[in-house]
Amino acid sequence: MDAEKRIADALVMAIRRLPGETEESLLSARERESGRGGRAALDAIADNLRAAERTGLPLCQDTGMFWCLASIGRGSSVSIGYVDSLIRRACLRAAEDGYYRRSVVSDPIYSRINTGTNLPPVISYEVVDGAGVTLRFLLKGFGSENCSSVRMLNPTAGEDGVVSAVLDMMRKAGGKPCPPVMLGVGVGGTMDRAAFLSKKAFFVSDGNAALEGRILAEVNRLGIGPGGLGGDNTALSVSVLSEPTHIAGLPVAMTVNCWAERKCCLAFKEGEL
Amino acid sequence: MKRLIMPCTDDAIATIEAGDEVIISGVIYTGRDQVHKRLASLIGEGKEPPFPFRGNAIYYMGPSPAPDGFALGAAGPTTSARMDPFSPLLADNGLKVMIGKGPRSEEVRASIERNHGLYLQAYGGCGALYSSCIRKSEVIAYPELGPEALLRLEVEDFPVFCIIDSLGRVYRG
Repeated sequence: MDAEKRIADALVMAIRRLPGETEESLLSARERESGRGGRAALDAIADNLRAAERTGLPLCQDTGMFWCLASIGRGSSVSIGYVDSLIRRACLRAAEDGYYRRSVVSDPIYSRINTGTNLPPVISYEVVDGAGVTLRFLLKGFGSENCSSVRMLNPTAGEDGVVSAVLDMMRKAGGKPCPPVMLGVGVGGTMDRAAFLSKKAFFVSDGNAALEGRILAEVNRLGIGPGGLGGDNTALSVSVLSEPTHIAGLPVAMTVNCWAERKCCLAFKEGEL
Repeated sequence: MKRLIMPCTDDAIATIEAGDEVIISGVIYTGRDQVHKRLASLIGEGKEPPFPFRGNAIYYMGPSPAPDGFALGAAGPTTSARMDPFSPLLADNGLKVMIGKGPRSEEVRASIERNHGLYLQAYGGCGALYSSCIRKSEVIAYPELGPEALLRLEVEDFPVFCIIDSLGRVYRG
């Protein structure tokens, strides 16, 4: 199978089926949920998973904006120009083949004319060890993205500061981002780098289980619940990714993914592209 | 579980209370950000809206494209809060029922109480489920808005949850 089709197929599947672990985590949340409204929302979500499987329709009409992190090995023989064009062609094809909603407008402030293709994608590049190319995609719905945010904390704020920034952002989000949500938390770097890390965190994390567990428990104590209808399951997972930062600052960014977590990851070995 | 047939009377609206699960059948209209902006302008200019507000419902939804054999693609709700600046004006001009997802402003709550309407929450992200409740879809205004066009929908057994009832009471979970 050619690479363009392989990527497009993965992007089409991503809007119809949840990642296995996300689906399991949602279904087990239903077993634990004590809120009446929260249970009603989780039942509707379970019905929706079955409806999408039966019909082949997208889980959610907001099939999102394409976000891609392309990690290119130092030893790779492919050019960045080729990878860039491949990503764009695959996104275009997925939007056609998967009946994606055309949700992207060209001029954000004035005309807001729909591009009609769901393009352009948001693409970031990084150079990594090895010779392979890895493409990680989020199909970023904006009900949840509108609740994503960055805070510039004092350098002395520490773990308590990070936790309270996330709680404050989630309190403000309330039921808007389609809970139960998945949270990506990016810490460090500059303001924009923290925001980038908060998205990369859906694929890679520091492995700081104590901090992730603490944030998850405290977010769930907010009681927002599934659909914002009250209950125990406001978030299903938290992933924290950090990098070095400046002596004067502690940037903290949070990306919210709704329960309909649309993402995929494709790895190409040297010679496959 | 309560039933609501749309369009509806004030008596039917009065039977529904905040916290009720409700099943809707009948005709509803869609409109999201750009449609709200245009409806508000029409009211400001004293012109007639593209559908009669009285007794009717607006659903905050922009579908994905319909494959062959479907009335619509995925058709779940969008975030209601973005419509908050426009909703009191629509309610004061007769719109009875609003369907979307997530919390509303105090101004919207007060306008629902003042006009004896309802705010119903559809389950966010459940696009495939809601598509299966839609029997017919027709563009009645603003086709140039693409997925944001104003649609007339015929729905059957469309599940929602009452967040704000006609007495202005709010379900908070």
